[in-house]
Parts: sequence; C-alpha cells; structure tokens
Amino acid sequence: MPLVLDLERAYDAARADPGFAAQMDWFLEHYVGRPSPLYFAERMTAHLGGAKIYFKRDELNHTGAHKINNCLGQILLALRMGKTRIIAETGAGQHGVATATIAARFGLPCIVYMGATDMERQQPNVFRMKLLGAEVRPVTSGSATLKDAMNEALRDWVTNVRDTFYCIGTVAGPHPYPMLVRDFQSVIGHETRAQIMKAEGRLPDALVACIGGGSNAIGLFHPFLDEDRVAMFGVEAAGKGLETQEHAASLTKGRPGVLHGNRTYLLQDEDGQITEAHSISAGLDYPGVGPEHAWLHDQKRVTYVSASDDEALAAFQLCARIEGIIPALEPAHALAHVMRMAPALPKDHVIVMNMCGRGDKDIFTVAKALGASL
Amino acid sequence: MTRISARFEALGAEGKAAFIAFVMAGDPDAETALRILKGLPGAGADIIELGMPFTDPMADGPAIQAAGLRALKHGACMKRTLDLVRAFREGDGETPLVLMGYYNPIYAYGVPAFLRDAKEAGVDGLIIVDLPPEEDEELCRPARTAGLDFIRLATPTTDDARLPAVLQGLSGFLYYVSITGITGAASFSQGDVEASVTRLKRATDLPVAVGFGIKSPEQAAAVARFADAVVVGSALVSEIAGALETGGKGDAVRAVLNLAQALGEGVHGTRKEPR
Repeated sequence: MPLVLDLERAYDAARADPGFAAQMDWFLEHYVGRPSPLYFAERMTAHLGGAKIYFKRDELNHTGAHKINNCLGQILLALRMGKTRIIAETGAGQHGVATATIAARFGLPCIVYMGATDMERQQPNVFRMKLLGAEVRPVTSGSATLKDAMNEALRDWVTNVRDTFYCIGTVAGPHPYPMLVRDFQSVIGHETRAQIMKAEGRLPDALVACIGGGSNAIGLFHPFLDEDRVAMFGVEAAGKGLETQEHAASLTKGRPGVLHGNRTYLLQDEDGQITEAHSISAGLDYPGVGPEHAWLHDQKRVTYVSASDDEALAAFQLCARIEGIIPALEPAHALAHVMRMAPALPKDHVIVMNMCGRGDKDIFTVAKALGASL
Repeated sequence: MTRISARFEALGAEGKAAFIAFVMAGDPDAETALRILKGLPGAGADIIELGMPFTDPMADGPAIQAAGLRALKHGACMKRTLDLVRAFREGDGETPLVLMGYYNPIYAYGVPAFLRDAKEAGVDGLIIVDLPPEEDEELCRPARTAGLDFIRLATPTTDDARLPAVLQGLSGFLYYVSITGITGAASFSQGDVEASVTRLKRATDLPVAVGFGIKSPEQAAAVARFADAVVVGSALVSEIAGALETGGKGDAVRAVLNLAQALGEGVHGTRKEPR
C-alpha cells in the first residue's frame, strides 16, 4: 500500500503543477504527433449506407497506437518521483513498445514482462522492444498471457519498490492507476470534442471503442460522459463466440470479483479462480476490465457489446480495402460493431470510432487466420 | 482464549518462539495434503498456515505459485480446503490453523457463508494478502465478528505513518514480511529484520511472526532469537515438488515432515532473548 499511496500523492502534485501539463503537451505534440486527426471515413460511410462515420486516428501516433499517451504521462511522473527503473506488462506488445520507446527517450532502463504465449504470437513487437533497448522477460507462470505478465510485474514492483516505477498499460490495477491512465488517455476524447465541433458543429450521436482493459475507450468516452445525448458503445472480444469458453467478454459474461487490486467484472469459475480469456487480438485478451467500465456498465451509461474473431477479421479486411487503413485487430472489433449499427441509422447520425491502433503488428496473425502464407 | 493466543502464551512461558509451517491446501492432491497436515504438529509445527489455492497469487514466488497450480490441477477449491480443515480438526483440536491467500475465492464463495463454514470447520484466523486496511469492511470486520482472527502483514515499507493503519483491527499476531518482495525470494538481512521486529514490538502487544525468505533450520533459529514466531512456506512446498519429481506421494509427505522437524528443532532449540 505505501507505494500506491506515494504514487497517488505524486500524481496529485503533478496535476496541480502547470509545468507538468506543459511538459506533457510539448511531448504529445512534438514526439507523439498529436493531435491525431479526426477523419471522415467517406467510403466506409457510403459502403454501409447509413450513419456518418468518423475515425479518431490514434493509430497515427508514434508507435502506432494510443498506448503512448499514457506511457508518456506515467514516465514523466516517474521522473518527477526520482525513479530510475521502469517496468511494464504487455499483452499484444503495444504497451510494451510504447513504454520501451518513452524509456529510451529519457534514458531509463526498461523491463517488459510478457507472457511466453504472447511473445510467440507477437514476435515483431518483441523485436521492436529489444531494438529500443528494453529487456523482455518471458512469463511462463499461470496461463503465460497478459494477466500473468501483470502478476509478474507486480512481483517485481514490490521487490524493487524503492527505485522502480511500474507503468501499467490499461485502466486496471490498484488505485490510482485506473484514474491515472484514464486521465492520460482522455486527450483522445478532448481532441475529438473540439474536432467534431469543427467538422459537424455539434457533438456526435455515438462513440464506439473496443475494450480489453478499456484504456482507449475510457479515453474517448470520459470527456463526453456528462453529455446525455451521446450514446457510447464498448466492444468486447467475443473470440470464438460468447457461447463458447473462448472469449474475452468480462462485462457480458463475467461476474464481479477482485483481481490486481480492484473490484470489477472478471472471467472466473465458480470457485473464483480466474479463467483464461481468448481473442484473436492479443490486446483484448484480458480476463478483467477497468473498474470504471464496470461502473458505467452497472449505471447503464455505456452499452457493452461484443464482436467475434470472425467479425473482427471481416472488418479488418474491409477497412484495408475501402479506406486504405489497415487497423489493428483491436479496433477492428469496434469497427465490426459500427458495421452492424450504421446501416440502419439515418445519414445525419454521427458516429466516432476510435481507431486506436494500426495493424502492422497483426499481419502475421491475420495471414494465419486467412490461411495465407507469408 | 483463542487457540492462537493460547499457543503463543504456552510457548512464551517456555521462552520459545513458535514455528509456523505453511503448506498449500490440496497440494499435490487432497489425500496427500491431509497426510502432510496431520503430520505437521508431530513434526514440530506450532501453528499451521494453510494456503488457499488461487490462479493469480501476486505476492508469491515460483514455489508457492507451483504449489497452488498443482492443487488446482487436482481439483482444489474452497469447499475442499474447508473439508481438509474439518478432517484435520477431527484428530487435532489444539493446533491453531490459519488460512492464507487472496480475496477473490472468498468473495466468490460469499463472505457470510465463508466465515460461517470456516469457523465451523475449525479455522482460527485469516491472512488475506490483497486486502489492505482501507478495505476492512469487506472481510476484516465481519471476520472478527464471526470470531476469527484477522492477521495482517507489515513490510519493510510499512513506515511509522502507515503502521497504525496496519495495527488497527489486527488480531492473533502480526506477520512481518522480512523482505520487500515475494515469498521464497532472496534472503533477508538479519540485522534489518531484528531492528524492524523491535520497532513493531514497541507498537503492538501482539506476537510478531517473521516470514518470507526463511529456508533453513539455521536461519529459523537465528530469527527465533528475536521474533515470536518463524514462518516457513516456500522451502516446505519445494520439498513436495522435489519429491514428486524423484519419488512418489509418500516421499512427498516424508520430505515435508523431515524438513518441518529440522525447522522446528531450529526454532525450539533457541532461547528467545527477552525484550
């Protein structure tokens, strides 16, 4: 506990310091490449024949996903706290790459814990992290995926608490992490708000984002939560189907429980043992979900739906062909839901979908799923 | 008087520290685990800490992680853990038994049902690694009301500002984690631990146990000089892993009890320095 209490105090101080915000803004603009465009997906809109579809292009960020927004914030905080060693967990590798990138930029040693199973299916990201000077430690305990990587990172943190900063990649973990990550990702929603006002002169009718732990979704949603007329859809991974055991839909199919220092919806068995999540997208493959999403689900403020591996693959291919954008498999789940809802909606209905990552990292997985050999 | 305080009082009168043995419920299977449990008091264990298997034991090192997974693979669950306690209590009404683990399996079982069944099975106390004092309403207070001790962990990072929160609502004993880290990790510095125990004993009248990283009878004896109890877990469950690799389940029982005996002798052969 003392370590998370310290972090909370440090974050409160940083938030009150205009210097911290100015530093964030500078790096977001010059290093990350923000603001990311809000792009009217004209061909997708025409193809679906209904609602007007915008993509928030967070896949154009440095390192190719929204993850870097949060890493930048946390590592600037680590520097303020005088920490000299950065650790992180990663599933798909996007958060690991983003953490390794920022750590390299500030000359900090970085260790990334990654499930051995995930390392196998995300080879390009493992290599990228190594190029960036990070040490990638394979995690073989438990199911050797994201949750186990998080366990291992927590074990490292409690062992090396004095000099180490744990950079958590999603809106999970003990307080203040879910709040911290949400705040750093909210830049997505704040930009979207200004951009859609400029493009449409009004707020959107609906926001759509994929949910693993839920950091890109909360980043897009949070600045709009008080706007009752903006509907919000979080899209979980239905994997091979919600009726099977192989999915990652913690909100739709899980039960409340306690893991990694927070109470939320978890995939678990009768005995409270955590079960394995499955998704074609490693980034959605987490058996829990951020506690704020659990709350928004209970409040019915956000509607949580799901998309299967097959639906995501179809959306992935369609987007590449008609928009010239290869999405990551994670936002391909969000797009799959957009494809379901848009056709029946009027042409003046405005949907903003968070294109939270690009698909370069996924081409091997997709090739395999489609039976293509590279 | 509870079984826990009675045991500490009796040992204290002899100037001895308690030897607390940790094993995992259902490791490697229900039947072998019961044989180990039944043998521990005879081998010298004064208090038993029984681990509740969990898929995601964040505070545990490889040895106890593996013990939990072995148990889960053989069908361990909370109901069977409580069955094990019941079976142990049939032959032993005196040795204090404390359940140790993580909150989610208890939460899934349902807190009121768990406390009722644990008390009825003969459990004396709980050590829940992932519930800080900030969450006392969840389990600590209901457990105290149900007549179970709630034992908390203090660590090297528990400073004077934090200590009152840790001591608040605590009962049974205080468990001092000798290192910053996970169970079974690298060894501790004896001087640091002794200084910390001295500080803790000034702050509480409850017995102070020391654990995490104690592996050998010699280390156990050294800690017994200044602590009220010495906890060993990873080294014991590693014996199970080792014996299963080379022999059978009978070997596992023998190996654990042999080490427990040596550890018990180490602890009991040391005279506590009055402080």
